[in-house]
Amino acid sequence: MTEFDAAGAAVQAALDAGARYADARVMSRRYEGMSARNGEVEDLTQSEESGLGVRALVGSSWGFAAVPDLTDAAARDAGARAAAIAKASALVPGPAADLLPVDVRTGSWGNPVQIDALSVPLSDKGDLLVAVTSTMREHGADIALASYEIWDTRKWFVSSEGHRIDQHLRECGAGMNSTAIGEHETQRRSYPGIRGQFGTSGWELVEQIDLPGNAARIAEESRALLTAPQCPAGETTLILGGEQMALQIHESVGHAVELDRILGWEAAFAGTSWLDLSRLGSLRFGSELMTITADPTLPGALGSFGYDDEGTPAAPHDIVRDGVWTGVLAGRDSATVAGLPYAGAVRADGYARLPMVRMTNVGLLPGTDSLEDMIAATDEGVYMDTNRSWSIDDRRLNFQFGCEIGWEVTRGRRGRMLRNPTYTGISPRFWGAMDMLGNPAEWVFWGTPNCGKGQPGQIGHTGHPSVPARFTGVRVGVTG
Amino acid sequence: MSAALAAAVLELVRAAAPDAEAEVRVAETTLALTRFANSFVHQNVTDTGTRVRLRMHLDGRTATGSTNGTDTDSLGRLVASTIAAARLLPPDQGWPGLTPPGPTATAGNWDDATADAPPEVRARIVRDFVAAAGGLETAGFCRTHAERLAYANTAGQEVAAAYTSAAADGIARLAAGPGGVRADGVARQAATAVGELDGAALGTIAAAKARAGADPVDLPPGRYEVVLEPSAVADVLTLLGMYGFNGRAVTEGRSFLVPGTAQFDPAVTVDDDATDPAAIGPGFDAEGTPKGPTPLVTAGLSGGPVHDRRTAAEAGTESTGHAIPGGERFGAMPENLFLRPGPGGTVDDLVAGVERGLLVSDLWYTRVLDPKTLVVTGLTRNGVWLIEDGQIRRAVSNLRFTQSYADALGPGNVAGVGSVPAGVPVSWDLGAVSTPPLRLASWNMTGGAAG
Repeated sequence: MTEFDAAGAAVQAALDAGARYADARVMSRRYEGMSARNGEVEDLTQSEESGLGVRALVGSSWGFAAVPDLTDAAARDAGARAAAIAKASALVPGPAADLLPVDVRTGSWGNPVQIDALSVPLSDKGDLLVAVTSTMREHGADIALASYEIWDTRKWFVSSEGHRIDQHLRECGAGMNSTAIGEHETQRRSYPGIRGQFGTSGWELVEQIDLPGNAARIAEESRALLTAPQCPAGETTLILGGEQMALQIHESVGHAVELDRILGWEAAFAGTSWLDLSRLGSLRFGSELMTITADPTLPGALGSFGYDDEGTPAAPHDIVRDGVWTGVLAGRDSATVAGLPYAGAVRADGYARLPMVRMTNVGLLPGTDSLEDMIAATDEGVYMDTNRSWSIDDRRLNFQFGCEIGWEVTRGRRGRMLRNPTYTGISPRFWGAMDMLGNPAEWVFWGTPNCGKGQPGQIGHTGHPSVPARFTGVRVGVTG
Repeated sequence: MSAALAAAVLELVRAAAPDAEAEVRVAETTLALTRFANSFVHQNVTDTGTRVRLRMHLDGRTATGSTNGTDTDSLGRLVASTIAAARLLPPDQGWPGLTPPGPTATAGNWDDATADAPPEVRARIVRDFVAAAGGLETAGFCRTHAERLAYANTAGQEVAAAYTSAAADGIARLAAGPGGVRADGVARQAATAVGELDGAALGTIAAAKARAGADPVDLPPGRYEVVLEPSAVADVLTLLGMYGFNGRAVTEGRSFLVPGTAQFDPAVTVDDDATDPAAIGPGFDAEGTPKGPTPLVTAGLSGGPVHDRRTAAEAGTESTGHAIPGGERFGAMPENLFLRPGPGGTVDDLVAGVERGLLVSDLWYTRVLDPKTLVVTGLTRNGVWLIEDGQIRRAVSNLRFTQSYADALGPGNVAGVGSVPAGVPVSWDLGAVSTPPLRLASWNMTGGAAG
């Protein structure tokens, strides 16, 4: 029995049990992750899982069931159970539900890789992590950590409308950090970002980010931060590096434009959104420099795919254009409720989880300035980079973010290193104060491999193209 | 089945690598969750499965593998790939050895009705919640969970447990006022059996709190005396457990904790206790070590920390039975936290003693700025009210805070510990925290919802 056969059996069983629509995903995922600490490998985990998840729409109510078995009997049982669960959902019924009409698709997709990450010898990977953590220890780290992660995922999707799609996603990434421990606090420096850098890529990504070439620097910076002056409190001009901008986009734009949040479907947990659909197309989200797209077709970015988990082909569209809110992230059901003509942003974290609205590659289109231009153009301000902490309210409006490192900017020059830099703001006010934006040479597709959402919890992989940017009148230096 | 599966994997290991030290953990899980929003069920899921995890130490090297396949081929592949991986890795100098034989601290709490709960049971609890909210918009979830666990290793340790849990958690939402912001009220309950969940009672509480949240006023930043409801206290305890009482963090100097010193108010007593009748989960950890009661704070005196075998060896002590699956990088964590009740009575009783302060329902999106000081930023959520002269005067708009959780419970800072504990479901996981409400002398609000 093929994976398509199993998915088809589950769909048919759901229809036989009364569903008017059903879809099923067979997913098989291999994972490998290794970490080293202070010059020794501390953990290697390899895992594999496969199974089938089936979704059934009975009337206007949904049900979902997942099983690890791919036998015909197990698949049919899952399909029947999904329909039975949907009928139970109707005990607390909602408004009429339907799916956005789409072209039925059959197809295959896989992202290209140059070096299959799972085929790189474990000894080579271990040697890399041991070497960089040893280097960090030699240059001042009290705790030196390095790790990589690899995901190899295959999906087979079948719907009662006739979809039949298979995909093969290969993702990987790596990162490292150095922690220096002082008497009263700790300081950390990470590279390339707080969790590393990840993409739909082979091991070539890990080679490109050059961990060995940066290990000594971040260790020395973490040590230096212990005695650096505290970031002053006040209102000032803020320059953010590209990695922190990726976090800023993810938290204050990406989640805010998820249509399930806007419709209230996440109200009790992840939260809602300050955005009101009646103002889609007219609301000013930020300055005219701000153009953000959701583009799952970007080669190598972590949020890329060929089709989402409802079978909608990947396609880019605007989220914010010249500062005006123009788009959302949607699925076929939420798009119908909102009266929007597009979906394509629904994914599931493994076979056992319900597909839901997730970010794809939500990111800024670059501007014309450079980081050096921004510093040179700033009379007084602070430059911060590399996320350390992040907190934002349940409407994605009020945020306070902390970075690992900052520098004074005075009369157009980068000055002293600053420790514990934080900044806070209200999303549209903050984005409205963006007055300089990095250029295409500084455009990086940052990957976030740990986006949490949903109940039961799901971990999403998202991408965030970003560049450095400058903001005026920002409150910095909030401390406890 | 789980014990037999664990034994079968060990047999495969012994046949392929007789000198290997190996441990196997098998978890058979059924998880069902009914989710509602805009007052109707919009997501309703169930999944069943088995996870087999094998950790092996071979020729001085350590590797871990896992699979959700239970057929012969899958298990054979798991053993072969883990052996192959172990042989390619650098030596593991810190291998702490396997847990020796010993009995489990508890066989767990099992309830057939929870394990077998059909979707109609959860839907009815949701229906009761929605109906009790009296027309207010509602959202939340009802969850049932059952797990049969078996652990076995080549040192002879064999333990098994079966446990269930259930939770209901929801908000009622008052329509937006002039400022365009809704007032949400929350109620939640965690239990070992679904029959204990009362959707109507929870819906009634959530609706009353939402209505009491109408017309909030903005307050300026500053330090406020606070009464934290159990859900808010649970957040404080959880982060204290993750960062403060984490044995690895203590050994490395990343925690504020100095065991044996008076770092907390004398009114505070916290322990981690998998044997408590209200505890959710097994009586042994991911390494098969029994989980006995572990005092963390006793009348203000710091205890702990908690350890797995590796962090215990690094610290020159014994494991406390707090290894978490996949937690090799982060270290050990307490998973059954209990803040023991005090003489403070109800939330209303605690409020009655406050001259001017705030009553806080939830702390939301809390993130640690520095693990050593345990300074945390986050926001209030689902209801915050101004207290004056022992009375709740009016609703307040949400506030952002930046506060050291360790200092918040420090000597002289706890003005009251409530008498009635509540089981608070952990929002991102399947566990729960048991805690009464707390009255704290000072909480650092650093901004309003408007900035």
